[in-house]
Amino acid sequence: MDYSFLWNLVTIVIMFAILVGLAGPLTWAERRQSAMIQDRVGPNRAGIDLFGKRITVLGLMHPVADAIKMITKEDTMNIRVDRLLYNLAPIISLMPALVTFAVVPFGPDIHWGDAVLPLQVARLDAGALYVFAVSSLAVFGVTLAGYASASRLAMMGGLRASAQMISYEVTMGLSIMGLFLVYGTLEPYAMVLEQGELLGGWLPGWGIIRQPVAFILFLTAAIAENKRVPFDLAEGESEIVGYFVEYSGMKFGMFFMAEYIEVIVVAGLLTTYFFGGWQVPYLMDAGYAGLSTAGFVFPGGGVWEIGEVAATVLRVGAFLFKLLFFLWFQLMIRWTLPRFRYDQVMNLGWRKLLPLSLLNLVITAAVVLMIH
Amino acid sequence: MTEATKGTIRIKKVSHDMDVQDRLFVPAIVSGLGATVRHFFKNIFGGEAKYSMTIQYPDVKVEYPQRFRGQHRLVPREDGAPRCVACFMCQTACPARCIHIVAGETEDDRIEKYPAVFEIDELRCVMCGLCVEACPCDAIRMDSGIHPKPVYTHEEGTFAKNNLLAVLGREEAKAGGGRSKAAPPPTAAGTGRKVREHGDGGAGGSAGGYEHPKTKGQPIGPNRYSH
Repeated sequence: MDYSFLWNLVTIVIMFAILVGLAGPLTWAERRQSAMIQDRVGPNRAGIDLFGKRITVLGLMHPVADAIKMITKEDTMNIRVDRLLYNLAPIISLMPALVTFAVVPFGPDIHWGDAVLPLQVARLDAGALYVFAVSSLAVFGVTLAGYASASRLAMMGGLRASAQMISYEVTMGLSIMGLFLVYGTLEPYAMVLEQGELLGGWLPGWGIIRQPVAFILFLTAAIAENKRVPFDLAEGESEIVGYFVEYSGMKFGMFFMAEYIEVIVVAGLLTTYFFGGWQVPYLMDAGYAGLSTAGFVFPGGGVWEIGEVAATVLRVGAFLFKLLFFLWFQLMIRWTLPRFRYDQVMNLGWRKLLPLSLLNLVITAAVVLMIH
Repeated sequence: MTEATKGTIRIKKVSHDMDVQDRLFVPAIVSGLGATVRHFFKNIFGGEAKYSMTIQYPDVKVEYPQRFRGQHRLVPREDGAPRCVACFMCQTACPARCIHIVAGETEDDRIEKYPAVFEIDELRCVMCGLCVEACPCDAIRMDSGIHPKPVYTHEEGTFAKNNLLAVLGREEAKAGGGRSKAAPPPTAAGTGRKVREHGDGGAGGSAGGYEHPKTKGQPIGPNRYSH
């Protein structure tokens, strides 16, 4: 009997733990990090009184307090809303964010006797296409939220958001196309394996080195897809009225959660596509250059065998480290840049990023053709 | 300056066109990131060099400047009674009319009068310090370095004589409030002095519902006044 579905359940649980477990602290990180950037202190007061002492854990109780507030808050609803679509929109926004991570490998395959246990929820041959297919569904949530709210302000916000998301999806897709040519595969796990090779015998073959322009294009487009600063004109937390203006309570909370989960997904995709996924530089599998088990092979000639288990732990740790770095990096970007105007967003998307990604694709194709 | 430019305003023209670096966005973004990353790490790991100057207020308090005019207090003599001789100078000088004094008479010829009632309505007070300047015998001071405490009712905002006596000066409070402990315990029995009430006659009691813990239960008036 095939028990692989049990392992599938385990990986799904791990994936959810990463996504949902990080989304809460990420709201805290956003507030604390922005405070650090702007010479403030940030939230550090909420806590639990235990044995006469207030436990605040650096303010990490604030996400808990936020969650309690969101859940217990009154759920107001305009009497003219389209009830079905209004209630569906937050779910449609949240679902793509949750399931996109399924194809991201967060560790190497574990060999347990004869069984191969992949640390990846779904190994699809068209994994990268799956990412686009699912993430493009998010635009429906935004549009429906604007449409079903029976508010013209939300409608305008929804139109702005959907126009922006559709524009940047083009760039996002085209920027990755060069990677497909270089890696010769659409499957994220195979991409990560490909990035384990050394270029010229010493340089890790990560995507950022093979396709630096695509990295910048993809990062920009991904932030725009996510509707975060500097591309947050769709919602504009402080000034502009966005598509979820009519939502309150946990329905708003779901939009909010979707944003932070998307941040994690983008960090995971950046890691997988451009930063070697779970690869640790110079950490090679058995069989490479006469290794009997997994170990480091340094360009200078040094060899350090550390064993399969240690290698797996190190690689999963490397993935998590890269993931956390890109979460930090995205928050950093969000608190560094000012917001684009609507015409600037469209200008940048259609007249700068799109031609640039096409050019990148053509040049990459030519180079790949010359090499082979 | 030539004849042609005389009388004309010279304007420096600033170009708002973006140069190559701005057009590429990436170099400008990287330099911007440099600034935010610098602040981020310096505020977390910088120790003394950090930019953030926030003071965690209720937990950490900043000492006010030496000349800060804070909560009033009555300065006691060595025997614990106020130095005040009920001359009404402060009450006259007060622009907010928040000082209320009822004078009593003592048998000590050197002192003659004492305040049977001395109340300050801290809610009306404008913290101008004119009473301190007016006082001829340095009996009233505003050197406590603290705010009048927030209160729930108007009555609590009126500080009676005992309460004002209990407030310590900044230096005394820092030293641990040794003065009030050293003061002799008040005797409940009268000393047999002749006391005559002046003013509106409704004197003798504190109007305030609030009593400072240190002076709670102590009698107000001549009983406190012992030689």
